[in-house]
Amino acid sequence: MSVPGGWYLALAAILFSVGAVGLLVRRNVLVMFMCIELMLNAANLTLVTFSRMLDDIGGQALVFFVLVVAAAEVVVGLGLVVAIFRRRENATADDLHILKG
Amino acid sequence: MLASATAVDSAVFVFGAMIILGGAFGVVLSRNPVHAALMLVATLFGVAVLFIEQQANFLAAVQVIVYAGAIVVLFLFVIMFLGVDRLENLAEEPLPAQRPLAAAMAVLGLAGLVALGVEGRWSVGAHQVVGAARGQSGGDVEALGRAVFTTYLFPFEATAALLVIAVVGAVVLARRPSGRMPGPSEAGGEPAGAQPSPLPVGEGEDSSSGGPGELEVEEVAR
Repeated sequence: MSVPGGWYLALAAILFSVGAVGLLVRRNVLVMFMCIELMLNAANLTLVTFSRMLDDIGGQALVFFVLVVAAAEVVVGLGLVVAIFRRRENATADDLHILKG
Repeated sequence: MLASATAVDSAVFVFGAMIILGGAFGVVLSRNPVHAALMLVATLFGVAVLFIEQQANFLAAVQVIVYAGAIVVLFLFVIMFLGVDRLENLAEEPLPAQRPLAAAMAVLGLAGLVALGVEGRWSVGAHQVVGAARGQSGGDVEALGRAVFTTYLFPFEATAALLVIAVVGAVVLARRPSGRMPGPSEAGGEPAGAQPSPLPVGEGEDSSSGGPGELEVEEVAR
């Protein structure tokens, strides 16, 4: 008998909260991206847990798609960071005020 | 604690949870972006361990290959490429109210999630929508493959388009502006784009095809 699903859900909730706090308090855009990855992983853990609890493979298929979307998001996001870094010396979120019209 | 689980399962869960949370706090608290990326690897590895613990073997392998092998390497590549691997002063905070507000938001959000988990009526025992996850002859790989290539075939094909669009977008965004840019953007201080010489034949087609997109990017980045 494996660990009850509630423990996994609690762990995923804590992981999601840690990622959300990191996204809010950090100013380095790269670290903010990593915090988004933490939150995505918390969601993935939840999906796999429900997949096991409900004995339905659909949750795992959804995790598969989340992985693809996360990869695409990181690629475009890092491209944006590189493009912004051409103009500014720093990669902090405060430097993005150049986006203001 | 964890009374209904076997000792091995409990130990694996506690081990994975410690790796995950240690890595997560490391990402948030480390001052060096490179250290944050390595801590992210620890978290992703811990999530893979918990995937295996829940019989999602294929996803655990994909997690390690795609996340730890590709995404984190991409992060490290950009960190090294931009040269931002220096220490950041975490005590400096231009917005004084941001950290208390963030802490309040986190406590509120966590409380909401826990309340949802305790109070929510999860539909455990509902009919399977896609197919069984356990007890398959081919394991979870066969079940997942059947789900992806039958029920989720159209979303699966759509991800291919998404990946192509993402790759094209990344190339357009990260490309160095070439000499064909009009005057005002050159005056914006891009030393590499400041060669006024006529374009070689090989690059002419390239920059003319990427011209409008580049212009747009320049407008956005300004």
